Amino acid sequence: MEDFLGIAELGTKTLQDLLDTAESMAEVLTRRVKKVPTLRGRSVANVFFEPSTRTRNAFELAAKYLSADVVNFTGGGSSLEKGETVWDTVRTLEALGVDAVVVRHRTSGVPEAMARQLDIPVINAGDGEHEHPTQALLDLLTVRQRFGHIAGLTVAIVGDVLHSRVARSDLYGFSALGARVILAGPPSLVPEDLAEPPVRVTWSLEEALAEADVIQVLRIQRERQQEGYIPSLQEYRARWGITRERLAQAKPHALILHPGPQNRGVEIDSDVVDGSQSAILRQVQNGVAVRMAVLYRLLGGEPE
Amino acid sequence: MVNQAAIMDQDAIRRALMRIAHEVVEKNRGVGGLVLVGIRRRGVPLARRIAENLAQIEGTEPPVGSLDIGLYRDDVGRRPWTPVAASQIPVSVEGKVVVLVDDVLYTGRTVRAALDAITEWGRPAAIQLAVLIDRGHRELPIRADYVGKNVPTARREEVLVQLREVDGLDQVVLVKPEGSDQVEEKR
Repeated sequence: MEDFLGIAELGTKTLQDLLDTAESMAEVLTRRVKKVPTLRGRSVANVFFEPSTRTRNAFELAAKYLSADVVNFTGGGSSLEKGETVWDTVRTLEALGVDAVVVRHRTSGVPEAMARQLDIPVINAGDGEHEHPTQALLDLLTVRQRFGHIAGLTVAIVGDVLHSRVARSDLYGFSALGARVILAGPPSLVPEDLAEPPVRVTWSLEEALAEADVIQVLRIQRERQQEGYIPSLQEYRARWGITRERLAQAKPHALILHPGPQNRGVEIDSDVVDGSQSAILRQVQNGVAVRMAVLYRLLGGEPE
Repeated sequence: MVNQAAIMDQDAIRRALMRIAHEVVEKNRGVGGLVLVGIRRRGVPLARRIAENLAQIEGTEPPVGSLDIGLYRDDVGRRPWTPVAASQIPVSVEGKVVVLVDDVLYTGRTVRAALDAITEWGRPAAIQLAVLIDRGHRELPIRADYVGKNVPTARREEVLVQLREVDGLDQVVLVKPEGSDQVEEKR
């Protein structure tokens, strides 16, 4: 593996290897001294053309826990905000001599295009509406830790599936490892032809909740109201929001995931976020472990 | 053609591990404050067996842990990628005598990585090393405190340790590639 661009292109074996490795990284995170010398002397550039707090922080901590050095190219006064193009950035990174690049961009395909230009590994930290592969990895790890397996589970992805790179990466990952995936949301955000069997599309939240072992609740962007995808946030909550009452209709062991940050009181209620079925904080912890696994996977082997 | 020569059979392995257990007891005057830590993968079942022997001899079984040294290797980035597994040590090693256990002692680089790894878990009073096979060719100033069998080898030969917990049978064989009969210095 030379780059980490999307879940769709990974084999089942690679996915399993990454999850196993992430599991051992999670063990390192339980130690008092959360640092191993593995990538000492290597450097990682975080290049975020689109703002992000938790993903960038998780990548930064992951690199530091592996003893790599980190440099951040982020909004807020950096050259990225002053209009530096992707291609100028690529040339800058080459000149700086970093060993890997983590990139987020609002346009699908930018990480892949950068990977073609750069000899060093490129890691996709979310591109447009395409993929957010490390998010899928942390969702897979969280589910595997809870249930001990992924095959045979039913995973409902609820909300704005149409625009969600998280939904796409999750769909590929859970399907590859043998789970059944149900996409649920209003017809404007989950069109009927969004996926092909065996993935199921439903416009009934009740139906999805009744069958799900895992419920991934997607964030609803406020812009969707102006764009006409949803009538209003209030109406979205009334019809699609995960409330305690709705969760009571799901299986008692059903696990709640959310890629964050949550709009409490819109797509998910506070008492569900903080409730006993929520694995949301575990997802955040696992976010560091899976990114350590990806960095180790890309930088820990001899160049192919 | 590849030649294989048996070095140890099931009984020889059993006797060697029993003798190592006796030496551990003698050197440490019992098993109090002892923690056995197997280096993954085959060091772990060996550590368990030595712990069972110690229980037979002394009536108390010391705790056994497993250590994966993948994140501590000095050749990360220079050889094919390998998955790492979680380490698990059930007790604090602070102030304890840790006996590291591995199947084969060769260059010493694995043990060096293990020394780094173990100190992340605390500061043991002492660290000792037990190996089933010492095949020579050290590249670092490391020696074992307990050795099942010294086996002079050529670098191009391979020592294959098989254990029933991992491989379904107990044996140690020396694998010689074709043409290795010609004179080569053995250490």
